[in-house]
Amino acid sequence: MLGRGGDSMKLTYHGLSSKLEVIAVGAEAVLLKGYFLGIKSVYKVRVPKPYRDPKLDLKIRRERTLIEAKLIASARKAGINTPYILLIEPEAGVIIMEYLEGDLLRNTLNSLPDHELRKILELVGVMTGRMHNEGIIHGDLTTSNIIIHQHTREPYLIDFGLAKMSEDIEDKGVDVHLFLRSLESTHFIVKDEAYKYFLAGYGKVVGEENLAKVVSKVREIRLRGRYVEERRRRRH
Amino acid sequence: MKAIVLGIESTAHTFGVGVVNESEVIADIRYKYEPEKGGIHPREAALYFMSVGPKAILEALKTAKVNARDLAGIAIALGPGLGPCLRVGATYARAMAVYLSKSLIPVNHAVAHIEIGKLITNVKDPLVVYLSGGNTLIAAFNEGRYRIFGETLDIALGNFMDTFVREIGLAPPYVISGVHQLDICAEKGRKLIDLPYVVKGQDVSFSGLLTAALKAVKKGHAIEDVCYTVREIAYSAIVEVSERALAHTGKKEVLVVGGVAASKYLKEKFEVMAKLRNTELAIVPPKYAVDNGAMIAWTGFLAFKSNITVEPEKAYVRQRWRLDEVDIPWIKQ
Repeated sequence: MLGRGGDSMKLTYHGLSSKLEVIAVGAEAVLLKGYFLGIKSVYKVRVPKPYRDPKLDLKIRRERTLIEAKLIASARKAGINTPYILLIEPEAGVIIMEYLEGDLLRNTLNSLPDHELRKILELVGVMTGRMHNEGIIHGDLTTSNIIIHQHTREPYLIDFGLAKMSEDIEDKGVDVHLFLRSLESTHFIVKDEAYKYFLAGYGKVVGEENLAKVVSKVREIRLRGRYVEERRRRRH
Repeated sequence: MKAIVLGIESTAHTFGVGVVNESEVIADIRYKYEPEKGGIHPREAALYFMSVGPKAILEALKTAKVNARDLAGIAIALGPGLGPCLRVGATYARAMAVYLSKSLIPVNHAVAHIEIGKLITNVKDPLVVYLSGGNTLIAAFNEGRYRIFGETLDIALGNFMDTFVREIGLAPPYVISGVHQLDICAEKGRKLIDLPYVVKGQDVSFSGLLTAALKAVKKGHAIEDVCYTVREIAYSAIVEVSERALAHTGKKEVLVVGGVAASKYLKEKFEVMAKLRNTELAIVPPKYAVDNGAMIAWTGFLAFKSNITVEPEKAYVRQRWRLDEVDIPWIKQ
């Protein structure tokens, strides 16, 4: 279905023929830009990983493709900014979605003026809170997976490949922990401000009580991963 | 005259004493505590360290042909690690520093794994994948510190592997001629069974896999198939999060450090991934991938050059001393 030719790819669905341009080679997928039914689109292709057992590899790619498409749609329904999904092809690991004009939050966060940092991070918090209220866990919430739209200057959440449905406070805590760690590792100069605004937005949507629960969970998760002493021998 | 530093490692199962001068390792004495059954017992290991400590230090000085009075400083791994074990090494190091009036240099065990790995493999600015019994983390240098980009959310890879083979009756011994029991058992397995593959962002989690794998053995799946599946899932998850961290940080080198780095199956997976991403791969050879005193001495030397020392009365051990809490002034970016 996909044929390689230099930096461009030719995708041949029924009645479709579109020149595609590689825009990013991510860790698990290749992103291509092109048109689909006249709409400027991103083709996300989960490529096989030759270091994995082929059966395991196919299972992982198929599951993540399905989950991503499904949960992007659910998130959009709940009022969270996400790209429109146009077509999915789980067996091939392909999703075609709306192309968002903008830049990754990772690339812009460090140079945002304070009022915009506040507005954007609060909105990221609000969207994360809405998502969690719906029982959607993003699974890879980092500044690399948030696009700031060129026109509206609003954040859009992308890359739901590791997302899942869960009401578990642990899973919500991991989401917030991952976001905090991406601030610490890549934006540590503004991390305290950024995290404060994020939590303010998050708290507004989930309520004080849930906010406190998640924050204390985050603290627990961070202590846990740090140094795990020898497990006590368990008897069976 | 060259600055010579002696370093003591006693964070877990190995009491190691190393000596380095400005460019090379000139002594590397190791005594490893091997439990007869079960896992490592911190108090037993500490008692063992007390019995071998003095002779290990003397042997290191003798091998290096150095008089203790000519040392520039004494480096000590103050953490992270097991409290009783850490305290034995720290006691020897403090006593030596006070008695000989030498500088005492605090060293973080995780930083030491990275620095010796860089010295041995000659990589400059790598994405570091640190895999050992007690640690599983992915880090890279950024603005003065090694920052953590991914880690285990529950148990470490080495700990997971050891626990699994012990629970199914294959260990101890955990490693036979340099090959872990999990790898040995997996060689005869072919069938992939259904076990959970958990990656969360750039983090991994092994506790669910451990429970499910033990259950699968109990339910009567061929033990070799369970080993094979466990190996495939655990190693693939590690390589996948490493790849994600590479994409995120844009680093051009990968350095795999720590005792679990020795597995040839893990190495094969890393090689495939590195080639795909046009990334240079360096795996620390087994001799320096496991705990040793030379890495503490070498990192101590680097720290000493940057004037990092500690007063003996303030040299407390820190069981949970995290990698990203340590300033690294000797790297200029």
